[in-house]
Amino acid sequence: MFAFIIRRLLQSVLVMLTVALIAFALFRFVGDPINNLVGQDTTLQDRQQLRETLGLNDSVVVQYWRYVVNTARGDFGFSYIHRRPVKTMLLEKMPATLELSIISVILALFIGVPMGVYTALRRDGFLAKIFMSVSLIGISLPTFLIGILLILLFGVILRWLPTFGRGEVVALGSWTTGLLTVSGLKALIMPSITLALFQMTLIMRLVRSEMLEVLRTDYIKFARARGLSNRAVNFGHALKNTLVPVITITGLQLGSVIAFAIITEQVFQWPGMGRMFIEAVADVDIPVMAAYLCLIALFFVVINLIVDLLYYAVDPRLRVDRGAGGGHG
Amino acid sequence: MMRWKATAIAGALAAATLLAAPTAGAKEFKWAFQGNLNSLDPHGLFETFTIGFHGNFYEPLIAYDDKMNVVPSLAESFTQTGPNTWRVKMRAGVKFHNGNDVTADDFIFSWKRALTEGSDMKVPAGKIKEIKKIDAMTFDIITPNPNPILPRSLLILYVMDKEWSVEHKTEAATNLRGGEEGNFANLNANGTGPFTVSEHAAGVKTVVNRFAGYWKKIPSNITKGTFTPISQDATRVAALLSGELDLAYPVPVQDWQRLKDAPGVQPLAGPEARTIFLGFDQVRDELLYSNIKGRNPFKDVRVRKAFAHAINVEAIKQKVMRGSSVPAGLMVAPQIGGFASSLNARWPYNTALSKKFLADAGYPDGFEVTMDCPNDRYVNDEKICQAAAAMLARVGVNVKVLAQTKSKYFGKVLSQNNYDTSFYLLGWTPGTMDAHQAIEPLMACRTKEKGRGLFNLGGYCNERVHALAPMIESETDQAKRAMMIKEVFKIHQDDVGHIPLHQQPLSWGVSDRVTVNQRPDNVLDLRYVVVK
Repeated sequence: MFAFIIRRLLQSVLVMLTVALIAFALFRFVGDPINNLVGQDTTLQDRQQLRETLGLNDSVVVQYWRYVVNTARGDFGFSYIHRRPVKTMLLEKMPATLELSIISVILALFIGVPMGVYTALRRDGFLAKIFMSVSLIGISLPTFLIGILLILLFGVILRWLPTFGRGEVVALGSWTTGLLTVSGLKALIMPSITLALFQMTLIMRLVRSEMLEVLRTDYIKFARARGLSNRAVNFGHALKNTLVPVITITGLQLGSVIAFAIITEQVFQWPGMGRMFIEAVADVDIPVMAAYLCLIALFFVVINLIVDLLYYAVDPRLRVDRGAGGGHG
Repeated sequence: MMRWKATAIAGALAAATLLAAPTAGAKEFKWAFQGNLNSLDPHGLFETFTIGFHGNFYEPLIAYDDKMNVVPSLAESFTQTGPNTWRVKMRAGVKFHNGNDVTADDFIFSWKRALTEGSDMKVPAGKIKEIKKIDAMTFDIITPNPNPILPRSLLILYVMDKEWSVEHKTEAATNLRGGEEGNFANLNANGTGPFTVSEHAAGVKTVVNRFAGYWKKIPSNITKGTFTPISQDATRVAALLSGELDLAYPVPVQDWQRLKDAPGVQPLAGPEARTIFLGFDQVRDELLYSNIKGRNPFKDVRVRKAFAHAINVEAIKQKVMRGSSVPAGLMVAPQIGGFASSLNARWPYNTALSKKFLADAGYPDGFEVTMDCPNDRYVNDEKICQAAAAMLARVGVNVKVLAQTKSKYFGKVLSQNNYDTSFYLLGWTPGTMDAHQAIEPLMACRTKEKGRGLFNLGGYCNERVHALAPMIESETDQAKRAMMIKEVFKIHQDDVGHIPLHQQPLSWGVSDRVTVNQRPDNVLDLRYVVVK
């Protein structure tokens, strides 16, 4: 078990090194940062001096190696545009993104699972058919469009919810949260629904198909034969057995939610890491882009690791197989 | 359950404090721009939006008023006493936000700070060779050569408090190379302006409050201002329509009708001082991106004339700019010092004449050329390029438009990439609002000399224009100077050095609750914002 974790962590270092290498190879195609860093009256000499100072004249390999060495020393670089340490900037923006992503995943679970169960149990019901059609919209409409439509309806026409930003935030140590203020919670509604919609429909469809599968099995028939209540059969036996794949998928999706919050953050002007990344791309702020990409790679690796461990804990069969298999490690 | 209760109580408390916040008589103004206010350091970046925003809390010796006339600010008087000498007397009784008095030492300190490595104000600060302090409130500025527009060059050199800067170890401008854990002045401000910065999170929001001790009477009645950057056009317009903002800019020109139809908001448009123009590579012996090999068609003035006559700028105005642009025949806008309306006529749109010029030059069937174009820098920039390409196709010139995001575009066509272009679209506003700042970077020959022809991407070169540029800089007789500027414009026009297209529109969306002053350089000055 311990060896397994160590091996996965070593692999994660390799993944991040590769991501950084690919990133640095691509940065050449993003454009030239210099014109974003100086005004129109700055002299040619100063511009060339700046290129030299920032090491932009070095080859990709040299720039990459310098980045890796600095990162290993805990120095994530300095934003060209903001002129602040990238580490500080990431830590400032992370709470906004994590709050949005986690609330979205919770929304997706707590709405998606009951909807999945309902559509499985009342397959031909009117409401179930509506759920299924709505879920098609959730899967097929792009996030960007859903966000704009929500803004138009609830922000401009009905004026119930704010159209942009995070509202008032409260600082708890270095963590800023919008969950403790009314304006913060109101501001969270539309972005989290926009971000959750795809996951919600995915989970709903997953639960539905798993439920349909499980409901056909012998032990459900036996449970019914024992005269157990519908509620006990459906939720105690059927649902419980569908949850293992749901947990796996949800965990894996959390990584995508954090990474793909970029679009939602852009639409709602949500001050998170994703928006910071988009701005960095537009301004060719190489240190910010590199740090963000490596961080997202780290998130994916860690979440995958946790999901693997959870799977191992939740499904007894895995442990038995492993024990029987002996020292395959 | 207990935890839930605790959260609920905390939420209720937070809600209670929020409700208690607004005080009677408070006038709040909320606005959004497409870009971020990245730094508060007044010497960090020489860029119009940043400098314009800083102008609400930092002030120069001489400032713009609402019409962009130059008026005394921290300097009570600013007079030329010799060809290279200016006497400056500082205004008495002006205080910084921290209560310190403004003295000559503060300006001298700020000038020196603007010359440090991280500063982007080295060019304007370099217009001063030396400062001789006379007394606590008076000093003499010595310039390297006679400079009639020195006050204009110093419009963006903001004055910081020396004591404050020393105390917070921010004696040098924020350096983007890093090393220090965030320069204090990058995140904090202490100026003399009518507003103080009470909260600043770059990319999230900036809150300013009225400074009670401001030295001047101003029209504004706002007590608090909240700025949010909103990068998406659709979101910015929606936020204005929903009433969450009092002002949003820029607004896409195609959304004007929507604003007119909506209650409570209006589009506010005016001509910007920025001129959009086309330029050609006239230096290389063979164009980099063309099917003509062994020679450069743009070296022939007849080809350049053919292009000028082929562009129908009225059609661009009507179809692409929705009637909002001002067609231009000069490289500078009417708001710029040195503008000559007698020379602002355009080459008439005449395809027959254009074809004749092409045939005379030896290209009766036209030729192919690639045009470089940004797609997110100017108003409808890519569409202008496509329209120009379609017009040139009518006279047989096959133009391929290469439109890219501004970082890619500027990275390709500017000096650092050796001006890698054959035909391009660019926009320009002289930083000093004086014609010299268009002549020197755009029309003077490209030389290694400081600043000359840095943005002359096509390498247009006329000896007379090149010789006149430094003379215009140092000529103190205004009438003589105006004649020289006119001469440059005339030569440049006869040469078709560039093809000016139009001044693009300023496009703001404003709520009926407020009145604002729209400056031609797209700067919002909070001094003129009045909330009803």
